[in-house]
Parts: sequence; structure tokens; C-alpha cells
Amino acid sequence: MEERKQKTRRMDSKPEIIISGCFFLIIFALLIGYLVYFVSTSEQDMINNSYNSRQEILLSQNYRGSIFSRDGDVLAETQMDAGQNETRIYPYKNLFSHIVGYSTQGRMGVEALANYYLINTNTSLNNKVVNDMAGVKNPGDNVYTTLDVEIQQVADEQLSIYKGAVIVTEVKTGKVLALVSHPDFDPNEINDIWDSLINNDSSSVLVNRATQGLYPPGSTFKIITALEYIRENPNTYNNYVFGCPGYFRFEDSKINCYHGSSHGQVNFEKSFAKSCNSSFANIGMGLDRTAFADTLDDLLFNRKLPLTLTYAKSSVQVSEDISDDEMMQTSIGQGKTQITPIHLNMITCAIANKGLLMKPYVIDRVENDAGNVVKAFKPSGYGKLMEESEAEILKSLMISVVESGTASKLKGLSYTAAGKTGSAEYNNVKGDSHAWFTGFAPAEDPEVCVTIIVEGAGSGGDYAVPIARRIFDAYFREK
Amino acid sequence: MQEYITELSKYGITICMMLYTVCCFVSLWRKNEKVHALYVLQSILLFLMQLILFLNLALVSGNMKYVFFYVFVQVFLLACLVMVPIIYEEVNRPLLNIMCMLIGIGLCIISRLSFNKAVRQYIIVLMSLTISLFIPYLLSRIKFLKKLTWIYGLVGVVVLGVVLFVGEYTHGSKITFTIKDITFQPSEFVKILLIFFLAAALWEKTSFLRVAETAVIAGMEVIILVASKDLGSALIFFAAYVFVVFIATRNYFYLLLGAAGGCVASYAAFRLFEHVQTRVYAWRDPWAYIDNKGWAVTQSLFAIGSGSWFGMGLLKGNPKAIPYVDQDFVFSSVCEELGVLFGICLILVIVSCFFMIMKIAIQIHDRFYQLIVYGIGIMYVFQIFLTVGGGINLIPLTGVTLPFISYGGSSCMTTMIMFFIIQGIYIRLQKGGGKYVGRKKAENKANGQQT
Repeated sequence: MEERKQKTRRMDSKPEIIISGCFFLIIFALLIGYLVYFVSTSEQDMINNSYNSRQEILLSQNYRGSIFSRDGDVLAETQMDAGQNETRIYPYKNLFSHIVGYSTQGRMGVEALANYYLINTNTSLNNKVVNDMAGVKNPGDNVYTTLDVEIQQVADEQLSIYKGAVIVTEVKTGKVLALVSHPDFDPNEINDIWDSLINNDSSSVLVNRATQGLYPPGSTFKIITALEYIRENPNTYNNYVFGCPGYFRFEDSKINCYHGSSHGQVNFEKSFAKSCNSSFANIGMGLDRTAFADTLDDLLFNRKLPLTLTYAKSSVQVSEDISDDEMMQTSIGQGKTQITPIHLNMITCAIANKGLLMKPYVIDRVENDAGNVVKAFKPSGYGKLMEESEAEILKSLMISVVESGTASKLKGLSYTAAGKTGSAEYNNVKGDSHAWFTGFAPAEDPEVCVTIIVEGAGSGGDYAVPIARRIFDAYFREK
Repeated sequence: MQEYITELSKYGITICMMLYTVCCFVSLWRKNEKVHALYVLQSILLFLMQLILFLNLALVSGNMKYVFFYVFVQVFLLACLVMVPIIYEEVNRPLLNIMCMLIGIGLCIISRLSFNKAVRQYIIVLMSLTISLFIPYLLSRIKFLKKLTWIYGLVGVVVLGVVLFVGEYTHGSKITFTIKDITFQPSEFVKILLIFFLAAALWEKTSFLRVAETAVIAGMEVIILVASKDLGSALIFFAAYVFVVFIATRNYFYLLLGAAGGCVASYAAFRLFEHVQTRVYAWRDPWAYIDNKGWAVTQSLFAIGSGSWFGMGLLKGNPKAIPYVDQDFVFSSVCEELGVLFGICLILVIVSCFFMIMKIAIQIHDRFYQLIVYGIGIMYVFQIFLTVGGGINLIPLTGVTLPFISYGGSSCMTTMIMFFIIQGIYIRLQKGGGKYVGRKKAENKANGQQT
């Protein structure tokens, strides 16, 4: 009896078979889902990888497309001689060396970013057939950038013989209008100068300083210290007062104001406008270090940036564990803190854009040889780095820097600018400092954001602000 | 001219394959497998696709040998589709159609990768079919299949053991034998033995002791395979064992035990064997090891990524950059040149084939045959998961073939035999032989089955 019962129970395994069928259905749904995800997200990366031999297949069928400025000026093109030999020509020589880049010794800049589009073709099937018959290659697709030749030229001239970097971006879209890094090189000669560029490492010509250069932020970091102070004292920050004797002492540590000048009685706004180190060291000592670390996290320190260009990660150390001396140094942008100019530019853009960061981008659209748009890139927001109210307060502080502070060379122009200067000391010998400026204009309704670093020049107010002025002038003249 | 044809044929091939996939799933929904119009449509799509594929190969390469090969392949496919239903009237048409489809795609892809190998594969396919054609007949005649339990088990263990000691290394695994120029991979054939062993051991008795006894044999086989560095086969044996025990006992506890045991064993293998570690590291971050451990996977990913949805077109890609492309990575080369959409359809066709096998298994009320059909289905679908999942880096690489499509005699022959075992059992079922409540009760009694 018992045995018969067991046997009938065993007879029908239908539910178990259906369950195993469903199990594999789920497994294969995952498999196909992953495959779809992989192909839709990684196709370009796959083709761009230098280990992928299929690039050569595309290059043997198509010649590289051209790169244009936003007004349609040719920044790079491939010219063909009678024997179908290809030469990559960069008409502006050194001017766009880092941002447009090169394509023969590895790749850099837009040449690297847009490689997939440049070596693919969307020319008509008829053209393909005609080219096939004639035994010539198909034209690769053309890439239109957001770069503006005139602003790039002004930035390049103004940076002059100094090492350093300039970035100009559109606040509301994230479009990169100009990106200069000095020292530069002529990409037309890249094959000839390659060995010397690689071997002569000390000047790091190939490093794009705007995105890969890590610098102490100096006083520009006070924007961030100020933000944290406002967050911790939202109603009372305006009541802040400090008597500056030219230095600030805490136990064994001492911070000096720039060139030891004493600022006297300062409130919060004046501390910022005059860039008073002593006052900001004092503010820094009163901050909640855990909350400060969170704010730095919000501002993308020690994190990946929403950026397709090759960049370095900014770093800062704030936690309960750091010493008081480190905390004081960090509050005024010295110490171990390092930032890339592009990162500072992104923070400045967020302040100008009510806290919302737009992702910076250089490629505006891709067109085939007939001028039909293959792919257009739209501005896209990354998210809020800070609240709108916080951005407004920082903006008013940055206006006061121009009106009554260290960036007074931008005062009284046809537009109102706002910003923050910095003089980042990079060794202990006095006077050796990088000149920083980061700011935007017009202050009422910000359109353009400029970030400048001039290596070893001196104070930001004297050396970086005048460059910003020329760039703002050029931008508004062009409008 | 050639440009037009290759561009248009890309879409033509994908559309054919999509329609074919739809047909496969429609045939699954039908109550019985006798919808002739559907099979005619499937056959038309099959031959149309073959025509486009080989036309492409011939045009792009400009080599007439593909035209000759095309004719040979079509003769085979036609013969198979016409002959088998004549010999066995009750044959399961959807399964037969899918088998022909996969063989057709396989021969085309292999001929693109290496023409000589394709010719060899063609001969193997012919031989396999010749052997397989006898199987349904034999199944209906041989009465003592259920009684050979321990013989299946022991032969399996001995064969694998012998290979471990005297076999040759192929791609770093000691898994092959060569007799007169023909290389065998015995683990493929032992798959069938394992299924028969499990079915014979568990169709009647499913006590804990009996399960433990089968675990000893299956465990030995798996351990020998791991020692031969044939990780893929080891996993397939293990999965088949766990699922067959689950169905035989209807006890979820064994499924849980199997899953837990599998995790522990995988971890142990990871700690003990360097070749397992290599695979796992390459899986976690293939790009970091692109020059060595990760080379094969990254090349496979390049192929799939470069192919994108519609593929680069036959002979337009560079699938030979992938190591062992004609065996372990044939799916990647399919995606590269015929497109990922084609690849997805291919997976779906195979999944529909698996469902068809499960559908047959549900209909069978003779435990022994039910377990065999079910076990084969699990083995087949699990192997597909391993090879496709490995190629797209969803799971670590295990180095198993894509049955019927990859180059490889043992794999092709074993899978075809498995398919014809299912066909044989299906034919029995149609004739009422395996049904618990069949029309031909006399035959039931004669076979001495069921209560």
C-alpha cells in the first residue's frame, strides 16, 4: 500500500519539469539581456580599443573623416595624394594640440574620443558601390566639435609662454568652447617629434594639463570651505567676524596671509573677497570634518568625473583623523589637496548654473559626407552638486571678489563678472605660486565659465585675472 | 554590385532567422507536432538563408569552391529533411528542423573560418546521421536497456580514467585520444552513458541510499574531468546529475544540496587549481589581463562589439583573431559577421528546442525514458549556456563547444545521437509505447512497463 502510494506520487514529474524549464528560461533571459546591454553600451569602446584588429579593417575601407570647429573651420582632415597616400593635416598647428589631438602615435583628444565615428562611414550605398568600382576608400564620417577658434586663439595668446591651462565652457550646456594646455606641440609633426616628446619627460608636453594636471587649488578652494561653512551655519554665516593680524595660530601651527599682509577686521564676505588665509584657517578649524568630507564627496573629490576626456582624479583628505595643521592647510587649499583645472571649472559651472552641473562635452554632432546628421549629442545634466540657495550665496561672494576683492581687474566692464582667484604655493620658498582664476559672466545670468591656471607666475589677481578678462571680452565681442 | 548584395543580405539573413525563430515558438504552442504548413515555411526559410549565406561567401571571396560546398550541404539538408520522416513517419519535425538549421549554419560558418575543416565536418555530419538513423529502431528493439545500470556507470568511469592517464593534451587539457588520425574526445560520448546510468538507476528506486550510490559514480566522473582540466564537461556532468536526481526524486532538497555542493566544490576548485584561478581572474577583469589570461575573452568581446546588431557581413570581419574560434568561440564569430540579432535568434531557437524536449519529457510516463529525455535536454541547454555565457564574459570561460555549430566530430556526433535518442523515444510515445494510458495497451504489457 505504502509502496503503491509512493509510486503514484513519483509517476508525474510535470511540475518539476516545468520548474526546470522556467529556471533555464530565466537564465537565458539574463544571458540575452546581458548580451543586449553589452552591445548597446560597449560597441564604441570595443572598436576603439587598440587591441582590436578590426580597426585596421575599417581603416582599409574608409579614410578618416574630418574634425570641424563649431563654426565649420577645419581642425583636422585627411588629404590624399595621387597615389592614395593619406596625410592627416591640422591647419591650426599647435593651437588645438591637446584637445583635437593626434591619431598616428596612439590617439589623443577628439581624435581618440571620436575615433569610432571618424573611421566608420555612413556614406550612401551608391557612393560605396562607386568607390568600390573605382578602388578608392569611402569617406569616414565628419565630427563637429563645440570648439570656438577665436576664443581658443585668445586663450592661447594670453597664456603666452607660460606653462598652464585654460578652459572655457558654456554654463548652461556644458559645451567646451576652448581648451588650451601649454606647453603644446604641432600634431602635423607628431611622427617626427614623438621620440623627443616621449624621452624629454620633464616638461610633459603630451599631458593635457587642463584635464590631467593636478595642482594645489590654493585660494580657489575657499569656495568649497565657504560652502561648508554656509551649510553648517545657514542663518548665521553673515554674523561672522574675525580680526586678521596677518597670520593665524593654532597650538604649534601657523598660517600666514598672502605676503603676510594683515586684513584687519573682516566679515564672511570680506574674508572671501580679500582671500584672507587667516580668517579661512579660523573658519576651517570650526568645521565638522565628517560633514566636510560629505560636501567634498558631493563635489566629486576623490571620485570619477562625468567626463569622456582622459582626466586625473582630484584628491583631498578630510576626516576625523587628520591633524589640526592639515585641516588648516586644507581649508585654504594648500596641504595635500590636488585638483584638475577641469574639475574646478565644473564646480564653478555648477555654482553659475543654480547648482546643476552639466556634463562637459566636445563632440556636438557627427555627419556623413553629404552633411546628414548621423548622431547629435545633446546637453545632459549630471545632477545637483549643491542647492540653488547655496549656489546663489556663493555667486554673491564671487561677485564681491570682482567688486571689492582680488579680481578687481574685472571691475567696471560692459559685463559683470564673478569669480575667485588663487595663488597656490607649490614649494616653501615664498613667491613661488601658481596663479589661478575661476569665474563666470555675466553674473546676472551666467553664460560662460573660464578657469585658468598659470604655472609659477605669481598671484592669481595679477596673472590669471587679466587672461580671464581678454577671454570674456572675446566671448562677448563675438556675440 | 557586390556591395549591394552584401549590404542587403545582412538584413535578409537577419529577417529569415527572426521568422524562423517565430516559427519555432509557434510550433511549441501547438498541441501536437503535425502542423505541416509551418514546417514547409521553416524549410523554405532554412534553404533561403543557406542560399544567401553561401552566395555571400562565394561573391565576397570570388572562390567557386563555396558553390560546390553549398550544393553538397543542400543535398545533405534536403536528404535529412525528406528521408528521416520517410523512414520514421512519427518523427518530431520541429526537433529535426532545428537540428538541420543548426548544422546548416555550422557548416557555413566553419567553411568561412577554414574550408578544409568544413569538409571534414561535413563528412563527420554524414557519418553521424548514418549512425543516428539506426537509433530509434534500436531503441524499439533492445529490451534490456534498463538493466545495464552499473555497466553504464563503470564504463563511463573507466573510459574517462583511461583518457586521464594515456590521453593527449589539447589546448592544455588532457581530454583526447587519437586512433589512425582521428581524434576523439571521449568525454562527449560518456555524456550519453551518464544519462543512461542515471535513468537506469533512478527510474524505479529513489531512496537516499540509491541517490548516494549514483553520487559516487557521477562524482568520480566529475573529479576525473576536473583533473583532466576539462572544466566545461565537469560542470555539464554535475548539472545533469543534480537536475536528473531532482526530477527522479521530486525532492527539492536534492536541488538545494546540489546547489550548495556545487558552490563548495567550485570554491574548492578555485583554491586548489591554478587553471581555475586563471579563468576566474580573466572573467572578473579581462581588460587587466588583455595580454595573457584575458586575451581570448577580450578578442571574443571585440568580435561581438564590432559586429553589433547586423554584423560586419560574412568574410568582412576578423574572427580568426579569436583563439579556438571554430570550437569554443564560434558564437562570437557568428555575432561578429552575422550580427548580434542573429546570435540572439540562434539562442532563442535553441531555447525553443529545449522547451520542445521538455514538452516531450512531460508527455512520457515511462520513468526511464522520461529521465533520459529530460537529462539530455538539461545537458544540451546547459552546454549552450556555458559556451555563450563564456564568450560574452557573463561567466568564466569553460571551453565547451556550441553543439552542431562548432567544429568537432565528437561533439557533433554525440549531440546528434542524443537528438535521435529523443526522436526514438518520441516515436515510441506516438505509437503509444511509452504512454501510461495508451491506446495500444497490449504493447505496454508486452514491454512490461508501468503498474
